[in-house]
Amino acid sequence: MAKENQSDLENDWLKTELPEKTLSDIERFAKEHKLTSAQKEKLITDTKVKYEEMQITPGESVGIIAAQSLGEPGTQMTMRTHHFIGIAELNVTLGLPRIIEVLDLRKEPKTPFMMIYLKSPHGKTRESADKIANRIKQVSLGELAKEISLSMSEFSLSISFDKQELSMHSVSMEEIYESLQKSQKEFKVTKRADTINIEQKVRDIKKLYRLKERIKESVISGAKGITHVLVVERDGEHTIQTFGSNLKSVMQIDEVDETRTITNNIYEVADILGIEAARHVIISEIEKVLTEQGMPVDSRHVHLIGDLMCQTGTPESITRHGITSQKSSVLARASFEIPLKHLVDAAIIGEVDKLTSVVENIMINQPIFVGTGLPDLVVKMKGEKAKPAKLKPSEAQQSPAKQDVSLGKSKEVKEAQSEQSSDAPRAKGASELKIESEQ
Amino acid sequence: MEEIITKKIDKISFGVTSPAWIKKLAAANVVSPELYDADGYPVEKGLMDLAMGVIDPGLRCKTCGGRMRSCPGHFGYIQLAKPVVHIMYANLIYDLIRSFCFNCGRILMAPEKAETWKAKIDQARKENNVDTLHIIQKSIFSLLKKNHKCHYCGSNIPELVIEKPTTFHEGERRIWPGELRERLEKIPDEDLQVVGIDPQCARPEWHILTMLLVPPITTRPSITLVTGERSEDDLTHKLSDIVRVNQRLMENIAAGAPEIIVEDLWDLLQYHLTTYFDNSVAQVPPARHKTNRPLKTLAQRLKGKEGRIRYNLAGKRVNFCARSVITPDSFMSVDEVGVPTAIAKELTIPERVTEWNIGALKEFIKNGNIYPGAGYVITLESKRKKITEDTKEQVLAELAPGWIVERNIINGDIALFNRQPSLHRMSLMAHKIKVLPSKTLRIHPAVIVPYNADFDGDEMNLHIPQTEEAIAEAEHLMLLDTQIVTPRYGLSVVGEREDVLVGLYNLTKDGAVFDKEDASEFLLASGIQQLPERSAKKGDKEVYSGKDIFSMFLPKGLNYTHEDMKIEDGRLASGTITKTHVGAEEGMLIHYIFTSCSPKIATNFMNQLNLLGLAVVRRYPYTMSMSDLDLSAKATEKIKEIITDGIKETRKIINQYKEGKILPIPGKTEKETREAMILSTLNKLRRPIGEIVEREAKEDNNIVLLTKVGQAGMLNLSQTSAFVGQQALRGKRIHKGYDKRVLPHFTKGDVSPKARGFITHGYGEGMDPIEMFFNSIVGRDSAMDTAMRTPKSGYMQRRLINALQDLRVNYDGTVRDSGHKIVQFTYGDDNIDVSKSDEGEVKVYGKGKSK
Repeated sequence: MAKENQSDLENDWLKTELPEKTLSDIERFAKEHKLTSAQKEKLITDTKVKYEEMQITPGESVGIIAAQSLGEPGTQMTMRTHHFIGIAELNVTLGLPRIIEVLDLRKEPKTPFMMIYLKSPHGKTRESADKIANRIKQVSLGELAKEISLSMSEFSLSISFDKQELSMHSVSMEEIYESLQKSQKEFKVTKRADTINIEQKVRDIKKLYRLKERIKESVISGAKGITHVLVVERDGEHTIQTFGSNLKSVMQIDEVDETRTITNNIYEVADILGIEAARHVIISEIEKVLTEQGMPVDSRHVHLIGDLMCQTGTPESITRHGITSQKSSVLARASFEIPLKHLVDAAIIGEVDKLTSVVENIMINQPIFVGTGLPDLVVKMKGEKAKPAKLKPSEAQQSPAKQDVSLGKSKEVKEAQSEQSSDAPRAKGASELKIESEQ
Repeated sequence: MEEIITKKIDKISFGVTSPAWIKKLAAANVVSPELYDADGYPVEKGLMDLAMGVIDPGLRCKTCGGRMRSCPGHFGYIQLAKPVVHIMYANLIYDLIRSFCFNCGRILMAPEKAETWKAKIDQARKENNVDTLHIIQKSIFSLLKKNHKCHYCGSNIPELVIEKPTTFHEGERRIWPGELRERLEKIPDEDLQVVGIDPQCARPEWHILTMLLVPPITTRPSITLVTGERSEDDLTHKLSDIVRVNQRLMENIAAGAPEIIVEDLWDLLQYHLTTYFDNSVAQVPPARHKTNRPLKTLAQRLKGKEGRIRYNLAGKRVNFCARSVITPDSFMSVDEVGVPTAIAKELTIPERVTEWNIGALKEFIKNGNIYPGAGYVITLESKRKKITEDTKEQVLAELAPGWIVERNIINGDIALFNRQPSLHRMSLMAHKIKVLPSKTLRIHPAVIVPYNADFDGDEMNLHIPQTEEAIAEAEHLMLLDTQIVTPRYGLSVVGEREDVLVGLYNLTKDGAVFDKEDASEFLLASGIQQLPERSAKKGDKEVYSGKDIFSMFLPKGLNYTHEDMKIEDGRLASGTITKTHVGAEEGMLIHYIFTSCSPKIATNFMNQLNLLGLAVVRRYPYTMSMSDLDLSAKATEKIKEIITDGIKETRKIINQYKEGKILPIPGKTEKETREAMILSTLNKLRRPIGEIVEREAKEDNNIVLLTKVGQAGMLNLSQTSAFVGQQALRGKRIHKGYDKRVLPHFTKGDVSPKARGFITHGYGEGMDPIEMFFNSIVGRDSAMDTAMRTPKSGYMQRRLINALQDLRVNYDGTVRDSGHKIVQFTYGDDNIDVSKSDEGEVKVYGKGKSK
């Protein structure tokens, strides 16, 4: 379907430079074996020849290959995590459910997880890391308060605190007081030595009960949503792993190395760090599962999926709401899920299906524009036979598969077609014949 | 001979049929609910009117004059007595009525605002971005719903309520479809464009039906039962309901019946039309057949896996195929498929006669219906002639270049071989046919991995490509040779297995030598008629080393090192052949030959290795017996000791826990810590015991041989001869069951190893009943997991395929989707085809060095 000029096609897209990794491999090999520069040159040219042989063919349906490469091992993956005992790590969904979760782009992962790196001095010791971890962990009022008592007679709540508990989470009474004052505007908040009183202006006991429950949940310090923290030593560095995720607040903490800290919540990453970072998370999350399950899958396939999911600038899921709804073809959408809706909607806006994708062409029995169906064949006809009047376009467009039928029809057609079969190799799918007449 | 016109479909446009169009399309007006008269002849103006097509032999179509097969069928129409809401558009009708003035028909929006919305819609339309268009449409409608005053005539817009599915109310007053239609008619074309509706394709009043298109009889054929009784299609049933009610309604209106009767009938007509389009609308009781089975109407015909779209349009059915049970045959080539004669007799390939093959094809015709025969010939005039005893002579005499002979498949023809589920492209590969006696399809055991087949009753499918084009593509793109390296990770998926590996191991074992007799037998069996050049003397006999015999099969000049194996200049210098070198999914040697020599050489190499390995096993067979599991008394003692020590260790942990002295692992409770510690202690026992078993196992132990070859793991052996170990369920010791105990055999709260699934016996010795129970728990759990996983991963793959199927590499090197949008500028950043690469990389072997 490439409409470019024939001369433009001359292999200028072929990669002639070796990939970086290969070049460094050659470099290393040369050093190891003490090659002379001439030998090294030869090695480079030899490798280049090999590299050229490995280039992908135009028309290759890389999407299907990627889908199969990920789908086929899916049947062998376990649904559950075997987490290795002894290594204290949080239980993170892995295996098939996690891959499905990534492809679905669930708003919240089943097990939100953050890997927080600390700037250089803070990650050195366990103590300093622990301190920061405690600050990151979400602390609700309910956890801090020693007692929350409700006075029926005075229509007030009194919350008493334990000083020790407060200092452990490095929260002061003042902070709690202020945050309560801000959030509970319809109540009168007063502070005493180690208790805070909340008085109701309008006397409504039901409301007060509800307030008591709500106040327990209110987050006083730490990043909202992060319910567990765990300091783990990795490569001589103390990192913080969390259950629950809140990238924005965590990145604002000074001691956190925001260049390496990451979450497994794709939407959060896309919002805060942008689409390229989201693409990276999609890819790394899928590859994490694959390595954990011991399924070798080439990274090209995962990258292709990542690229497709982030093509539009916002992450799109591999579901009927995501990528599939973006397709330009009605029939392609209808063939996946909820066909009626797609057909009806198409009728209203007067859609036209240009039959460019694979399924529609399968539906109407035409060659697909992938693989050997991609190349068009242009035949230049000369002499008598080239006169367009004698060759109806409908006959000329016959696919070779149907040739035999038309054989005996008229002499012209027969000869035109025998010429075609001798001029052009029939093996490659000549899906369409274009007759160029000489004017 | 009928003329065949081939045309290419360029595009398909979608739209709503207008009444005028229906009238133009229709060949008959249907007014009678009767189908046939007393003689069984179709009633004129009935639903089976001959003008709408014929399905009975002997009759002729009144419209086109065609007969049963040649008439494609023609539409009819029903003139409805009263307008009726089309159920599929009910929501749209609601949106439209709410968005436009009932009085003047203009949009409920200031003209300037409408202009900006229209620009947005046009933009989306220009970009062909349907998804965005629908989103814009939705937001306009929700915006318009908030307006209650017309900008043009100033009328107040009353609140419209839709009572699902098809009843509309304005306050107390019911709005009948007739009024709805009048209002919709008033909407001017330009205002429709603001809400993204193309008035050319879908005028809103067309959504209220005044005329119903009746599908051709050929789309709803009736079937004649054995009793001679006719059984009509569900659609015909539904249509006859519509016609009946419609006629009654018409009569009642004509007779001036009271409003309430007319309205009841009107609602009934609405019901029938609703269920005619979709019999699964919420709040509408589905229309049922006499037998109480819900009718399958239009929507049901399209929907789902068995619907028109997925079953008939996207799924194609073929001829020229076969299916049978598969059995292994190690003596074929790996790229062959054994086809039983019974199947070969049925399947044909059309071959065009040329002056070069005319002699050979004449032989087929002469054979007629005896195996390598031919059933039909096709003449230059495209006439099909059957070859029988009577016509044979004439056909043979007339046969000339240009004819086509439909001959039986023979050895060497190309066939596609497939096993479901077809999860990747290696599930369908081309093989060369080899016709063999007996009744099963035969496959080489080395290629069962890509098909994921075994021989416990698996069946596989065979397809014979029919055109030259298809055959050529199959041969050059799909033949097994070309598929050896998987595009998933760039390693070979076919390779030697089972006894062949044992044979090759025994052959290339260090110090293995064979006398002349053995050596010549091995080589001859694998097709080499020459002895190795190097030989040694052992006693007075001439002996050849196994490595030298093996080297006879290596390509000349091959240099290769992998792990302990070293090949220098086509000679196996050191190392023993195991699964890591020639096995499936890891066979690095095969992979290296595939990439550095050629696919043909690689398949040939595998064929020879296969025969060689089998020849060795035949000469030096191996077996297995219970005695291979035996351990010395000393070792048994030692193992028992280790297990007892382990149990003692756990007791310590439990005591620590009871005394509250346990130090919890960060992030875990004390109880969890106890469990984790016990589990890890018990799991740790596997290693020392495995080591003992490995040390104990003698050289001549046949299971040890298997582990060395790569066909079995050390774990299998130690679990069989020593102990099975801790059974883990979902990463924990088994802990579910009764209150505080798993089985009633234990006291409550017993957390000792034995009570939580620790198995101290080996499979060889046999487990005790409790252990067997624990073992079964884990076995059942894993079986459940598999059963739940299969549909999940299947659906995931379907979604992936659907999302990615249009991506392809273009001539400019970019990866684009069907809308020509770029997904990647260079495939995988380096343009490497994984199936042509070494594990997805360009590996540097340094050929330049060897000088």
